[in-house]
Amino acid sequence: MQLTGAEIVVKCLLEQGVQTVFGYPGGAALYIYDEIYKAGDKITHILSRHEQGALHAADGYARATGRPGVAIVTSGPGATNAVTGLATAYMDSIPMVCISAQVSVPLIGNDAFQEVDTVGITRSCTKHNYLVRDVRDLARVLREAFFIANSGRPGPVLVDIPKDVSNTKTDYAPPSGEVTIRSYRPTTKGHQRQVRRAVEMLQVAERPLLYTGGGVILANAWEELRWLTNALNLPITHTLMGLGSFPASDVRFLGMLGMHGTYEANMAVSNCDLLVAIGARFDDRVTGKISSFAPHAKIIHIDVDPTSISKNVRVDLPIVGDVRLVLNQINALVREEKAEQKQPDRQAWWQEIAEWRKKDCLRFTQGPEVIEAQYVIQSLCTLTEGQAIIATDVGQHQMWAAQFYGFQEARHWLTSGGLGTMGYGLPAAMGAQVAFPKRQVVVISGDGSIQMNIQELGTCLQYNLPIKIIILNNGYLGMVRQWQELFYERRYAETDIANAPDFVKVAEAYGALGLRTDRPEEVMPLLRQGLAHPGTVVMDFRVRRESNVYPMVPAGGALQDMILGELL
Amino acid sequence: MKHIISVLVENESGVLSRVSGLFSARGFNIESLTVAPVGDKQTSRITLVTGGDGPIIEQILKQLHKLIPVIQVVNLSEGPHVGRELMLIKVSTERGQDKNVRDEIMDIVAIFRAQVVDATPTSLIIEVTGDNDKLHACLAMLEPYGVGEVVRTGQVALARGNRK
Repeated sequence: MQLTGAEIVVKCLLEQGVQTVFGYPGGAALYIYDEIYKAGDKITHILSRHEQGALHAADGYARATGRPGVAIVTSGPGATNAVTGLATAYMDSIPMVCISAQVSVPLIGNDAFQEVDTVGITRSCTKHNYLVRDVRDLARVLREAFFIANSGRPGPVLVDIPKDVSNTKTDYAPPSGEVTIRSYRPTTKGHQRQVRRAVEMLQVAERPLLYTGGGVILANAWEELRWLTNALNLPITHTLMGLGSFPASDVRFLGMLGMHGTYEANMAVSNCDLLVAIGARFDDRVTGKISSFAPHAKIIHIDVDPTSISKNVRVDLPIVGDVRLVLNQINALVREEKAEQKQPDRQAWWQEIAEWRKKDCLRFTQGPEVIEAQYVIQSLCTLTEGQAIIATDVGQHQMWAAQFYGFQEARHWLTSGGLGTMGYGLPAAMGAQVAFPKRQVVVISGDGSIQMNIQELGTCLQYNLPIKIIILNNGYLGMVRQWQELFYERRYAETDIANAPDFVKVAEAYGALGLRTDRPEEVMPLLRQGLAHPGTVVMDFRVRRESNVYPMVPAGGALQDMILGELL
Repeated sequence: MKHIISVLVENESGVLSRVSGLFSARGFNIESLTVAPVGDKQTSRITLVTGGDGPIIEQILKQLHKLIPVIQVVNLSEGPHVGRELMLIKVSTERGQDKNVRDEIMDIVAIFRAQVVDATPTSLIIEVTGDNDKLHACLAMLEPYGVGEVVRTGQVALARGNRK
């Protein structure tokens, strides 16, 4: 069958089961968009208002569903605008395929209109990328792109398609069997001897702790994790990326660890004798001062990516493999060995944890005059029973969301952890809402972050996405201001943004519902009203201007030296 | 300590910048790098010399392996291996009135089993092959005669015996 490159693009998307793509058209992408148009009954295209929005939406779609997100952008500025979205997905290992159009092959290298070296620019922020110079390679490359994006440690893959390639015909054959790439064979199963040693170490540990990250969610391994945690009755802490893997309401859950982690989680890390890292990468925001991290512990590290192992922290027992398969191996052995009966009595360890918990490190007081940001999130959690899909931007609101929204389920938490991309939340929520039209999707943002991609309100309204946007409005770039307060003698350099737009009017201008309050007693009623509204809602909460996220481990400090805050 | 790392890659456009980009992005250092297609031209062999302590070398090996078009990564310095580099040296033959200059240079060429590959009334080009130390020694011997330009390849290497 003879097809054009653009027709092959659509064919290959359908082969992969893609029903939704996010994008923004342009000159070099015209042939591809013509085929997207013709395939309108099979593929839904969501038009963002900026390419960055399209990439984050595809990313949010991937995080919420577990399926690769797909974005299409044009050449030149389309591709450069996509870069932040690619880098965000790359840092958090999100499976995504980005198709970028390119100027025609004879023009490449000539500084043609809307030409950039897209594969050169995106090389270091994608898992892999391709420039397809010959249409005969196109189908193979697209199939490889999906395979690479969604296997091993997932990540974004970019395929750059010159305009003439998209308009050249070639033979198209449906895929025959699995994709194989001789130079790319990710490890899947864990080494059985290592697995056995891990179970032995778990069995004898007196003060064990599970420390799990986004890898558990990427591998769809939360059921296996929950089984192990419950079977051996282990305390567990999550990284920012791991939230939702284990129910926050469970007594075994100690909260998040790291820079803004809970007192009990950080003290448990500092005092455990066995730390089991699962799908986590010992990021500097987690470890604090490396030399004081888990000083008394043997460390087991389970990860699909060998480069993650012993990168920052030397581990005693590495297990390379897909987290889900490795956990299945461990669980099978735990069952077989009846490991839970062989464990030592850990009452003293649980007792210590209970003492740390008594600090109640996230305590705050909601007075009668000024709204506390924490209270808004806590109220949201109560009203939605921890079941909403929450997307955030980056800053204080993000950390408060991580601390105060008690996630019960995986894939309900969309946040830019690695790159820390302001402007991520709203478009990511669009991706999740498109995937799950009936679910409650809420953006928690700040007055700084929301303005970084506020144009996507247009997309929400065009596609009737009933996203609820909560702005915790303190008139500051709050997290930077917090650092300036604590470490730069309150010199608030360029962090005062109090002259924000009227967010209610902005919402109304786009056709959304806008609500606002600065009264603590109105927080609950306003949230109820906003959440119940059938369309897009912007809720502007005027919160305490100068409030800090605690606990806090200063950058480079040891976890056990955290600052507990004014109340404690 | 220096490590000679041999990387077999798919011979496709952009693969060299993936490798060199990895080193610059992660702050690893490359001392020398050579690359050429091998075998059926479907693959290329990159030989690079880098430095660092154990954990850094381990990261370099793992990060290289993580690149999609990389087929095989071997640290040749872990075992017995043969390493060679090639250098071309332009030497002046005009020093003073000494008529024996050419003879002296030819002696040095013989000692180092080098070759003269170009000669003019005022200069010679000498080709010398060997390991790093030998090239340094040869260059040091020729320096008093007036060395003009010097070019050298990076190191290429193979493991001894059946080791791959």
